[in-house]
Amino acid sequence: MAEDATPDEIAERIVAAIPNSKVTESHGDGHHFRVTVVSDAFEGVSRIDRHRLINEVFAGELGGRIHALSISCLTPEESK
Amino acid sequence: MTEQTENPLRDAIAEAIAENQVILFMKGTPERPMCGFSARTAATLEAHKAPFAAVDILPDPRIREELSGISNWPTIPQLFVAGELVGGADIIAEMAESGELATVLGVDAPEAGVSETVDVVEAPPLTIDGPPADTTSD
Repeated sequence: MAEDATPDEIAERIVAAIPNSKVTESHGDGHHFRVTVVSDAFEGVSRIDRHRLINEVFAGELGGRIHALSISCLTPEESK
Repeated sequence: MTEQTENPLRDAIAEAIAENQVILFMKGTPERPMCGFSARTAATLEAHKAPFAAVDILPDPRIREELSGISNWPTIPQLFVAGELVGGADIIAEMAESGELATVLGVDAPEAGVSETVDVVEAPPLTIDGPPADTTSD
């Protein structure tokens, strides 16, 4: 059995995978998580493709070990 | 017209996306959603009074597998407009808030607090079992 995911693990993996990113919000109960990610990598990228960047970090785990991940992806400008 | 491939379920999903201007793949139905994310997204569409087709992905896990293969999107719900994936629950909520969803749907933005039900188009059930020749059986 895989261990439950934690908000810290989710945040660390996003920061490791997305250039120049910071996770300004990460919380969850082991199954449902919510993150807000700020990165200039989202500049000029559609909402769908921003989410895909995050989804790829957790490929194969969404819907399984990570039951649900609510994502907000903002550019530094949008986060102001 | 539809080209027959080795994967009739995938074809049926692609056809449903192509044939319905607005189509929501969800867990459960708009009347009986089986997941909070699906419930919220269906309610958002209803608030916009845009007719939409709804497909319950729960009856067979292969529906979700094939859908995610087509859309490159891992989670449910998934909203398609004019054949394109618009988003999952988070994106639809953000777009509803900003007014973009009304634009994409080609409707007026709903007034805050007003929620009326609209007709949900009954999407034909996806054929899951059997060879393609069986799809017309009643």
